[in-house]
Amino acid sequence: MFRYIVKRILLVIPTLLGAAVLVFLLLRMIPGDICELKLAGTGGYFDKEALAICQKELGLGRPLLVQFFEWIWGVMRFDFGVSMWTNRPIIEEIGLRFQLSLEIALLATFSATLIAISLGVTSAIKQDTWIDYLVRLFSIAGIAMPSFWLGILIILGLLISTQAWFGEPWMMPIEYTPIWVDPIANLSQVIWPALATGYRYSAVATRMTRSAMLEVLREDYIRTARAKGLLEKVIINRHALKNALLPVITVIGIEFAFLMGGLVVTEQVFNLNGLGKLFVGSVSNNDYTMTQALVMLVALIFVATNLVVDILYAWLDPRIRYN
Amino acid sequence: MSAKIKRQMLFIFCGGGKILDSLLEIDNLRTQFFTSGGTVMAVDGVSYDVQEGETVAVVGESGCGKSVTALSIMRLIPDPPGKTVGGRIRFMGKDLLSLDDESMRQIRGRNIAMVFQEPMTSLNPVLTIGRQISETLETHLGISEEEQQKRAEELLDMVGIADGKRRLKQYPHHLSGGMRQRVMIALALACEPKLIIADEPTTALDVTIQAQILELMKDLTHRLGVALIVITHNLGVVARYANKVNVMYAGKIVEKGTAHQVYYNPRHPYTLGLLSSVPRMDQARGQKLVPIFGQPPDLTRLGVECAFRPRCRFAIDRCSREIPPLENFADGQQAACWRMHEIDDLKKETL
Repeated sequence: MFRYIVKRILLVIPTLLGAAVLVFLLLRMIPGDICELKLAGTGGYFDKEALAICQKELGLGRPLLVQFFEWIWGVMRFDFGVSMWTNRPIIEEIGLRFQLSLEIALLATFSATLIAISLGVTSAIKQDTWIDYLVRLFSIAGIAMPSFWLGILIILGLLISTQAWFGEPWMMPIEYTPIWVDPIANLSQVIWPALATGYRYSAVATRMTRSAMLEVLREDYIRTARAKGLLEKVIINRHALKNALLPVITVIGIEFAFLMGGLVVTEQVFNLNGLGKLFVGSVSNNDYTMTQALVMLVALIFVATNLVVDILYAWLDPRIRYN
Repeated sequence: MSAKIKRQMLFIFCGGGKILDSLLEIDNLRTQFFTSGGTVMAVDGVSYDVQEGETVAVVGESGCGKSVTALSIMRLIPDPPGKTVGGRIRFMGKDLLSLDDESMRQIRGRNIAMVFQEPMTSLNPVLTIGRQISETLETHLGISEEEQQKRAEELLDMVGIADGKRRLKQYPHHLSGGMRQRVMIALALACEPKLIIADEPTTALDVTIQAQILELMKDLTHRLGVALIVITHNLGVVARYANKVNVMYAGKIVEKGTAHQVYYNPRHPYTLGLLSSVPRMDQARGQKLVPIFGQPPDLTRLGVECAFRPRCRFAIDRCSREIPPLENFADGQQAACWRMHEIDDLKKETL
């Protein structure tokens, strides 16, 4: 088990290196230049000399290889440099937003997993009863509804209902408060986007749990467990669920990593200053350093989640440890 | 061997076991599957008894309802689509079909245990062997963890698995098919049940392992006085291990008797066909095997005729008009054939 984990961790290095090369080259293949954007922003006409100065300042004129190794050397020391656009340290810029995105992702994952496993299992056990139909309706609706649209509905619902009940409309705070400063203010902001994204998330995972459970419940070893006279709850929890969890964990892992970097529209709807928004901004500004840092972060998150999923796999299924 | 003869004598003296209170009495059991293609009469009026400590074989080809009968006794027929629609199953004086689910659960694994056909898929791949044995002990006997561990080691030793302590910590994928079937037998014996139902316990195993497993089951059931229903399509198994035999065809018992009667003096053309389609040590070398031609009938469309008629060499007009009932031929032997008294002559004619 230990060897397996070490091997998996070592595999992270080439993956990240590959991501680094790709993002570095692809960014520089996009036409346009951050200095042109910066200068043209003020009026459309810019001085050739100013452009040259700007490019020299940012070090864009040097050979690609030099730029690349300089950047990689920085990354290895966790020094991502400053944003080409704002000139502020990247660690600081990302740190501000990372907290918020992580909190939403964790909250959504936690609630979605709880909902998905309990609903999925119930639905599988009660296959083709009204409970099953209800759960399937719930999850189909969740998959069909984009989370940003659900977000808009939530905001409107909050405004209208508070207006009706308390006389004045209430809106979630826009300023981010860390959870350790004021948990109530924090949650009253973060819970809504978590709900909007978590619903879709739980719907996907519920369907996965249900179908995995249905498959496992038909296995021979479940019949053996029944023939042994075990209690039904032992059969479900110990014998069936442990086998059915594998595909569910995969889905949960992928969705979590996606939430960490891909919540662009939902963040827009809730007016949140998260990683997604920063990502879009830096790409459209040709902010090389910021985009590279963000891609590396998201790649790291994906790789780390995959690692956790694989370790969980090996823990759940003893056959995997030896493959 | 003497124990077997004694049991057979007792059986014959008691008039087919009716005077003794049987361990298990199945009476006119009917189990059906309701599918979109129609109602499958998987088990259609099956009756047989099992006495304490006795080995009963149920023989027949695939899809004749052998396994469904066994699962009906355990009440493990998946519902839907299956349902036991009629009949009675009495076990140790209790009517199993009218028990509530909880009482039935307490009988499973405790009083009636089962060994399945596929040792490769019948054990849970993500639980250790030890856990899978101890959970049965935990559920039914409520003994402490140390005692469970001790008993589990003892059971593995009993089924011939050496180094039990280490094996208990292993997972099913560490064991070979034969070993897994031994574990299944250990599982079945765990709570010292009165009856074990073995559903084709050796079909999935190598021939050399088959004999080992069968010897083991025979030895253990005799030693512990456990009754055994062994479901098989292997007539060699029947001749060697069973006291009584029930031959099933298309959901019905077509012939029953002692192993000796059925093996040496079959009365039903189907039994005869089964026997002549496998090689026997007591036959001359070079004698040709005679297969049973055709296919088993569609169990959704059984008409008012003998189900075996389309494949029967000796069929007469009456066979297509009336279903022959199971009737006494000799002491303890019954067959469902209009021509069961002429079989010997018919057999000679065709040879």
